[in-house]
Amino acid sequence: MTAKQMMVAGLCMAGLMFAGSASYAAGQYGPGVTDTEIKIGNTNPYSGPASSYGINGKVHAAYFNMINEKGGINGRKINYISRDDSYSPPKTVEQVRQLVEQDKVFLLFGTLGTPPNMAIHGYVNENKVPHLFVATGADQWNDPKHFPWTMMFLPSYGIESHIYANYILKNLPNAKIAVLYQNDDYGKDYLNGLRAGLGDKAAKMIVATQSYETTDPTVDQQVVALQGSGADVLLTAAIPKFAAQTVRKVYDIGWKPTHFLNSVGNSVGLVMKPAGLEKGVGIISATYHKDPTDPQWQNTPEYKEWLAFMNSHGFSGSITDSQAVIGYSYAQTMIEVLRMCGDNLTRENVMKQAASLHDFKLPMLLPGITLNTSPDDFDPIKQMQLEKFDGTTWQLFGDVISGSGT
Amino acid sequence: MAETFPVDGTAKMAMGRKSATAIAVWRWAGTAALIAVAVVSPFMLSNYHVFELTQVMIYAIAVLGLNILTGYNGQISLGHGGFYAAGAYTAAILMHRYGVPYWATLLPAALVCFALGVLFGLPALRFEGPYLALVTLAMAVAMPQLLKYFDNWTGGKQGLVLVKPMPPPELGIDRDRWLYFFVLLVLLIAIRVAANLLNGRNGRAFVAIRDHPIAAAAMGINTARYKTLAFGTSTLFTGVAGALAAIVIGFVAPESFTLFLSLSFLIGSAVGGIATIGGAIVGGFFIEFVPNFANDISDAAPWAIYGLTMLLFMYVMPRGVVGTFGPWLAHALQQFGSARRAAK
Repeated sequence: MTAKQMMVAGLCMAGLMFAGSASYAAGQYGPGVTDTEIKIGNTNPYSGPASSYGINGKVHAAYFNMINEKGGINGRKINYISRDDSYSPPKTVEQVRQLVEQDKVFLLFGTLGTPPNMAIHGYVNENKVPHLFVATGADQWNDPKHFPWTMMFLPSYGIESHIYANYILKNLPNAKIAVLYQNDDYGKDYLNGLRAGLGDKAAKMIVATQSYETTDPTVDQQVVALQGSGADVLLTAAIPKFAAQTVRKVYDIGWKPTHFLNSVGNSVGLVMKPAGLEKGVGIISATYHKDPTDPQWQNTPEYKEWLAFMNSHGFSGSITDSQAVIGYSYAQTMIEVLRMCGDNLTRENVMKQAASLHDFKLPMLLPGITLNTSPDDFDPIKQMQLEKFDGTTWQLFGDVISGSGT
Repeated sequence: MAETFPVDGTAKMAMGRKSATAIAVWRWAGTAALIAVAVVSPFMLSNYHVFELTQVMIYAIAVLGLNILTGYNGQISLGHGGFYAAGAYTAAILMHRYGVPYWATLLPAALVCFALGVLFGLPALRFEGPYLALVTLAMAVAMPQLLKYFDNWTGGKQGLVLVKPMPPPELGIDRDRWLYFFVLLVLLIAIRVAANLLNGRNGRAFVAIRDHPIAAAAMGINTARYKTLAFGTSTLFTGVAGALAAIVIGFVAPESFTLFLSLSFLIGSAVGGIATIGGAIVGGFFIEFVPNFANDISDAAPWAIYGLTMLLFMYVMPRGVVGTFGPWLAHALQQFGSARRAAK
């Protein structure tokens, strides 16, 4: 770095320090907020192996632009700065530090992926930067006691499993349950969620558990072992490849349990088709958002509004992508929290408001699902609806069910 | 920085003894000035820039390792990201599972990566050029999955969160600056060690094998031994860099060590100048800043900009920045020296 650049950098820093102290004096604004602007930071994988998730960040940006064109929030425009981290944790640390220390964003929003968020978890909490609505489903993000600046969004794996447990207790009270899970935190979240949901009946009802490693070639052996336990209910917590193997094997060996398949592995294209569509008939899973390909939503005003947004912002190629529905819902929640803050845009207040969501409805979530948070509960979505596979697609059934995570 | 000549020494031999001394003086002065800048600059920069420069130095150490292997010994590696990961995980596991203080993890990481490199170097003896590149590519491709497989040790895909080192309180500097100086110290030691190694008989043996393996063997150089040694030394440096990265970032996960990291090292090495020591530092700057620079120019096609920048560098300076300017600078100094003598 040349001396001149250094001088410029120094002057900028001094300037920012003055600007910072001036806005603190007003007592209303945290860093990154002025009378006309709110700066929001984000990281997304726009390149690299996970780049298909990058649609999330692009949808956020387009949605915030739309809000800005309509006059912003209380007269303030959103300045959304989204940086590419390629899903690489060291890059996330770098980008987030740039967002917080150089760009001086007010808060971080929707940072995507479990490893990237793990890498910045300590940093943001140490520096008291709101880390809102992380885009990952692990249970650990809902920990306001130890990490009061980090809040999740999606129903956690544990909550989903808890929902299956509630259904089982109600409809299959004498079930003998077998569990197949991936041997890592994700799989164990499901197992623990099920145990928590079943409560003191867990020890009696869960008759067998088997785990697999992601490096295993197949899960055939595990499936056969679980059948041998005499279980009549199977919960599968597996990623698409192993979910497809499980669906196929269960059918092929003539086992007919009530099969609950985790939402991580319920894609029709990636799981049900490779397994054989007829082999998955009757399998139960759960969801919380409207599937953009489901015809039952396509005449609703909510879907039409989403579709119009997608088409008018250059996303017409992504109108079957659930990620675009999820990204849209994230952005709407962020806007709602900022609205709730009014003119008191401090970092403390934004956390307080984010932790005070009460029955907030989102147009692209399933009817009946609302967002609720409290100072002890940083997981906004805790409800899902069950769905059954009919050989072509998933059909919703029953009521929306709540779970409470682990 | 410290060493800007092609190592073959012809330039040195061509010079008169006096001008060589003059150049040595200039070099010492230059090195001292650079070190002074490196020591002072963190106090004039924001924490974020200090952190960025720390990253630059870590990459520089990794690239320095690759330069020893590829530049001086002529063995191409596309797998140094894997050794970087091995170093990072050695440090991370020692810190996380055994509570070893961060500074004490560098030596074990160095030893582990040296051993890995030697083991890897043995079969590599049978391969040359593009074939060796493919073999090492296997290392880079396999590493993230291996890390997920041994998840009892590595934490699997969740990775390991490390406690960030605290600076000694009596120094009165913050963590970013402390880590900067810690890494700077390691970098200076690494440069010193590399310069000693490469300017001595080991270095001459490396280069001889690179330039003409048969002639080298005919001169009595044990090529197998030196090629393996080059491999081990190279991965040792890169492994230490990986350990530093784990310490500075405070988190390791398999996603941190993708194939692209290995490619970045090779790119940094080529841009800086593969058979130079100073080139490693230029390479570190390139790896750290050019992707960000490309991102700032174009959101839509950052990698196209990245590619263009790389092409431009290689087109204008085919021997890398230091490989091109180093001899030029040496020549200029020599002219300057003789002009002064003539004036007397």
